[in-house]
Amino acid sequence: MSALLERLAEVRKSGDVGRLAEAIPYARWMKIAPENGTGELLTRMRYHGDLIGNTFLPAIHGGTLGAMLEMAAIFHLLWETETETVPKIVNITVDYLRSARPVDVIASAKVTKQGRRMVNVFAEAWQDDRSKPVATANAHFLVKSSDDAPPSL
Amino acid sequence: MDKAERLALFQMWFSDTIPHNKALGLKVIDARRGFASMQLEWREEFVGNPETGVLAGGPLTAMLDGCCGMAVATMLKEPMPFATLDLRIDYAKPATPGKAVIAEAECYRITHSVAFTRAFAHHGDAKDPIAAAAGTFMLGTKGQVTQAQSIGAETKI
Repeated sequence: MSALLERLAEVRKSGDVGRLAEAIPYARWMKIAPENGTGELLTRMRYHGDLIGNTFLPAIHGGTLGAMLEMAAIFHLLWETETETVPKIVNITVDYLRSARPVDVIASAKVTKQGRRMVNVFAEAWQDDRSKPVATANAHFLVKSSDDAPPSL
Repeated sequence: MDKAERLALFQMWFSDTIPHNKALGLKVIDARRGFASMQLEWREEFVGNPETGVLAGGPLTAMLDGCCGMAVATMLKEPMPFATLDLRIDYAKPATPGKAVIAEAECYRITHSVAFTRAFAHHGDAKDPIAAAAGTFMLGTKGQVTQAQSIGAETKI
């Protein structure tokens, strides 16, 4: 079992969902972590200077928004679905709706379609006002351990 | 301006002075009209799966976005602010742990309002990609034009 899935089992007992991010070096580096203080699983990317992509506006780098939407989808799949493996991303399409100011970015995710092997996830990111998203994404993830595993698994 | 001077300028305006690109340590490899190439070194903090050492999608997404944007900038004869409108990434295969990743982007069409780009990320063989990207950019967005967005005019590439 992977360290992330072990961490998931611990987090399910303790309820401290933010600790899921500790098992992922990139999430730690980017200060991206899930939170469920409101009862809804959300993912927050804490603002820090290294996120800036345009120093003139200033605005957060579009690549980091794509990255945090992907992480939000992964945390959602780990926490809200009965996945037995770490979801493997197949592709993601990000739409950029507004420039993101130098403050925290928050994202929610939902499963649009859960298949046996493939899941389609929609994720949405905003800053102060949830009704004004800065970016949205659709992504596909493989959620079965291995294509060559016997069908009974 | 010779090629080395031109690449030094691209390195300065597309990596050294863009905080996130600098944080990723993006190195500009090549730039010519309609084409941009960058390299990302493997680093422990870019890893998505600590058991395998495979990179997370995020650093690749950020590099491909930056590289597509640089390809757009090479097409602009007049400096103009622009921004990513959408970006699709297909993850073809996991990046090999420890290996640098190269991105190559092409801006294949530019209109009054929109620029269209495609890019691949690979370990040196573009026919064996780690990821493929398609990015669309909106031209003439609000805000002051940045040095990166002026580079086409600056270098007369």
